[in-house]
Amino acid sequence: MTLTRRGALQALGAAAAGAALATPAEARTPHRSAPDDLGLLYDATRCIGCRACVTSCREANGEPRDVTMMAGAPYDAPVDLNGHTLTVIKQWSDGTRDGFVKAQCMHCADPACASVCMMGALHKGPRGVVEYSVDRCVGCRNCQIACPFNVPKFQWTSAAPQIAKCELCRHRWAAGKGPACAEVCPRQAVIAGPRSELLAEAHRRLAATPQAYQGGVYGETEGGGTACLYLSPAGFGPLGLPPLGREPAPALVESVQHGIYQGFVAPVVLFGAFAVMAWKNRAAGQGEEP
Amino acid sequence: MTARATPVQGKLLTPGVKLLLVLWALGTAAGLYRFTQGLGAATAMNDGYPWGIWIAVDVVIGTGLASGGYVLAFLVFILNRGRYHPLVRPALLTSLLGYAVAGVGVAFDLGRYWTMWRIPVSPGLWNHTSVLLEVALCMMAYVLVLFLELSPAWLEGLAAGRDPARARLAARWLPRAQKALPILVGAGLLLPTMHQSSLGALMMMAGLKLHPLWHTGFLPLYFLLTAFIMGFGVIYFESIFSSLAFGRPLEHRLLARLGRWVGVVILVFLVARFAVLGLEGKLGLTVSAGRLGFFFWAEVLILLAAAARFLGLGQEGRPDRALQAALLAMLGGTLYRLDVFLVAYDPGNGWIYFPSLAEILVTLGLIATETVVYVLLVRRFPILAGISPAGQPTVPVGLREGVTP
Amino acid sequence: MSHLEVAELPLFSRRDFVKVCTAAAAAVGMPAWAGEKMAEEVAKGRKPSVIWLHFQECTGCTESLLRASAPDVGSLILDLISLDYHETLFAAAGYQFEDALHKAMTENAGKYVLVVEGAIPLKDDGIFCIVGGQKAVDTLQAVAAKAGAIVAIGSCASWGGVPSATPNPTGAVGVPAVLKGKAVVTLPGCPANPHNLLGTVLQFATFGTLPKLDDKGRPVFAYQRVIHEDCPRRAHFDNGRFAKAFGDEGHRQGWCLYQLGCKGPQTHANCSLLPFCEVPGAWPIGIGHPCIGCTEQGIVFNVPVHTNLPIEKPTAPMAYPTVGSGKGEVGAISAGVAGLVVGAVAGAGYVASRKLSVAVKKAEGAAKEKEDAS
Repeated sequence: MTLTRRGALQALGAAAAGAALATPAEARTPHRSAPDDLGLLYDATRCIGCRACVTSCREANGEPRDVTMMAGAPYDAPVDLNGHTLTVIKQWSDGTRDGFVKAQCMHCADPACASVCMMGALHKGPRGVVEYSVDRCVGCRNCQIACPFNVPKFQWTSAAPQIAKCELCRHRWAAGKGPACAEVCPRQAVIAGPRSELLAEAHRRLAATPQAYQGGVYGETEGGGTACLYLSPAGFGPLGLPPLGREPAPALVESVQHGIYQGFVAPVVLFGAFAVMAWKNRAAGQGEEP
Repeated sequence: MTARATPVQGKLLTPGVKLLLVLWALGTAAGLYRFTQGLGAATAMNDGYPWGIWIAVDVVIGTGLASGGYVLAFLVFILNRGRYHPLVRPALLTSLLGYAVAGVGVAFDLGRYWTMWRIPVSPGLWNHTSVLLEVALCMMAYVLVLFLELSPAWLEGLAAGRDPARARLAARWLPRAQKALPILVGAGLLLPTMHQSSLGALMMMAGLKLHPLWHTGFLPLYFLLTAFIMGFGVIYFESIFSSLAFGRPLEHRLLARLGRWVGVVILVFLVARFAVLGLEGKLGLTVSAGRLGFFFWAEVLILLAAAARFLGLGQEGRPDRALQAALLAMLGGTLYRLDVFLVAYDPGNGWIYFPSLAEILVTLGLIATETVVYVLLVRRFPILAGISPAGQPTVPVGLREGVTP
Repeated sequence: MSHLEVAELPLFSRRDFVKVCTAAAAAVGMPAWAGEKMAEEVAKGRKPSVIWLHFQECTGCTESLLRASAPDVGSLILDLISLDYHETLFAAAGYQFEDALHKAMTENAGKYVLVVEGAIPLKDDGIFCIVGGQKAVDTLQAVAAKAGAIVAIGSCASWGGVPSATPNPTGAVGVPAVLKGKAVVTLPGCPANPHNLLGTVLQFATFGTLPKLDDKGRPVFAYQRVIHEDCPRRAHFDNGRFAKAFGDEGHRQGWCLYQLGCKGPQTHANCSLLPFCEVPGAWPIGIGHPCIGCTEQGIVFNVPVHTNLPIEKPTAPMAYPTVGSGKGEVGAISAGVAGLVVGAVAGAGYVASRKLSVAVKKAEGAAKEKEDAS
């Protein structure tokens, strides 16, 4: 009997140890971005806050306006990304300067939303775009919990709600068009293209006028790399971008879970051990004490 | 201690049950509001806090409190403690009901609830990295397993029933159910081990949005341990309260002997908590985290108090001490899980969340429903042990006042 | 050098004439070369023949046409178009006058432009408007049958206008309702901007085509956008600066008139871009009165002047959300209920544990007494 009891504790201990000891590098290879992944380069030093991108995004994606009453009149005034707003311009300030920052899906190389999505409604598609397929979505909103940028938004007021997020206007590709926001930007504050080219352009700008920028290129390594890159005159904290490390967001969870569930061996072994012990101790199941 | 389980019998519509039915009606009304007006109108959830109390309380805390079946199966079948057998059936029943409530809570919470059925039947779509998928599948399977684990109770109930055809059928299936029990117990132990730990893994993905005092790679271990702690607490609570409500002898001696197990599990949790914080270099945060520091210390102190009471139960074990210990353990585990899912979760950007009236009413309605069904089932099926045939109270009459079933 | 004949008219040099045509073309959104082409066509003597019919109306559209300054009415009538029949402007009267109509209809059959001003009554067999012994509806149908293009000028001709306002005693309707199945260019407005007519007619005369129309027969070049989109007071709207009452500080400062009932957000017209009669600011909003939606059926004469309408295409305000701009709220009732629930649970737990303690103590005491007694 002592043996069985010890065995039980050992089995449980092994599972716990699996959780504890697995390290990211062993358990999981992070996804990296490909050179021709489609992305955006947003340069906060160029943006003038005209919001042409917000308007053209609405039109390109057929999204209704987000109407708010202000001073007795209705305005299209989203305060954040929401169920019908896939990009938004916000104002930032670091105390001495202020400016604008555009928000939209960052199209991570290794997206947290796709990692947690139960049936793959959010998934990586061609050219690295994080796509959404509503037919596989149950509306659990785990993507919203997982996304470090708070990008996926839920249509709270709809009877058949969906998750809404930028998909880099992939429905326009067939017509030879790219993301609508980049198309209309009057100052090329946001440009679209292959990530490798955008990265090269970002570094060219940094090299040309190093005094104009602070903090390098956001998204080059942050969160395992994103297809949407940012340049800022004041670092990225004031712009509301989270200080992510080089590890992609899913690394920790997936490596812990992979550690535990590697090949589903541990659960099967544990089940066998439990079943055998339950059989051995079936007398206890009838209320008898050894 | 081999008292047989028997139905409690008795009247169903007691005043307590009537009160619960009122809560059920309110919850149903709130539920109708949610399904006709949408999540945005009925709940206070928002894009910053996409998970509210329907997930944090109904599912995460609810199944934690429904871990009684899990810990007792562990105790009896793995640690071979047959003396705790009388506690098994009620514990399994509360687990079954708790998980069923969690399932209903999820149906309320899912935005596209009508597609829910596709999760278990679409293996081709399963995303193998999704922790939530694992939790969902495990929980669905576990509800089934719990129902089957209780099959002896159902079959005995039917066998003793008035319908002869049903009684014959039940008599034929009873031995088979007994034979299958080890397999069921195996599954009934594995599944909660998996999904209770995975509940913790869910919030690992929140990354920077979860306060560093709570965010760690050890979340799965903590959630497994709190499942144990809360499960034990509920076993105590249920045993004492069912004694008071249905007038059966207190199982305080039995509970007292269980106490050291519980105390040790709580201490393991607390030691692990501090050890990991120390390893991660976050101990300083326990004093510098402000409002959240208060919640952290509340968890620690409540659980410490629970551990002290459990360990102090000794051989005899006064039932009032046991009850206090159980309540503290449940509270501590509940607070920890609430902190991880809501209090310590901050998406930034100034988002706030506090449950709406509809959310609270639905949650209360679900708990009320659970309790009514529990009362109904223990009156009809052999769940509780030690019921005196005439239903005479065997505890001092004074104890029966102020107790709601 | 036939075109020089025109240029040598005392009123105009050729240079001036091309300028007028170019201005007319530009006013209606056509390129400069279209104006030059028009000038050439006119110089060749191919002036479009125009027949102008008046029905139930106030002649305001004609009045506004008469006050067009560039091109002025003289050059308009004499040089750009050949106005062959116009009940207000013609000096002739009686049979002589009616003959002019018949002559124009036969001479230019299939080529002339029919311009209709005013609504057509249909109730009681259309007896409420009779000119020259003929009912309006009959005249319209006869003249329209041989027209090359039909233009309904003003709101009355476009959709009924004032005469059709509730209770519409004469059963007045617009031209499209009478000439079902025929292409009718409608230029609603009370009055319509004469430049929109001029551009439409000149395009037809020069290219033989009609401008692109929307679903209500309105030329897209003039009626595609709503007043609000190009309003000179728009910056005040974007900044949330509204006049709240006539004569208040905001009104004097020239702020947005939306809250005084301005219908600009739903009114399709180009008033803000193309001033009436070339006089800047000569339109309602320009003089401090809210737009009354005179081009829109269902707004003017139907919605009170001071009633607010929703904004059809809301745009962004000048204010920006900040980086930390999340939302969420704590409902007072739900907070109270949550407090009650937590309190009730805590209270029940405490009371139960107290009672249990007391009972246990009592039981212990009884057991001790028993022991002592034995």
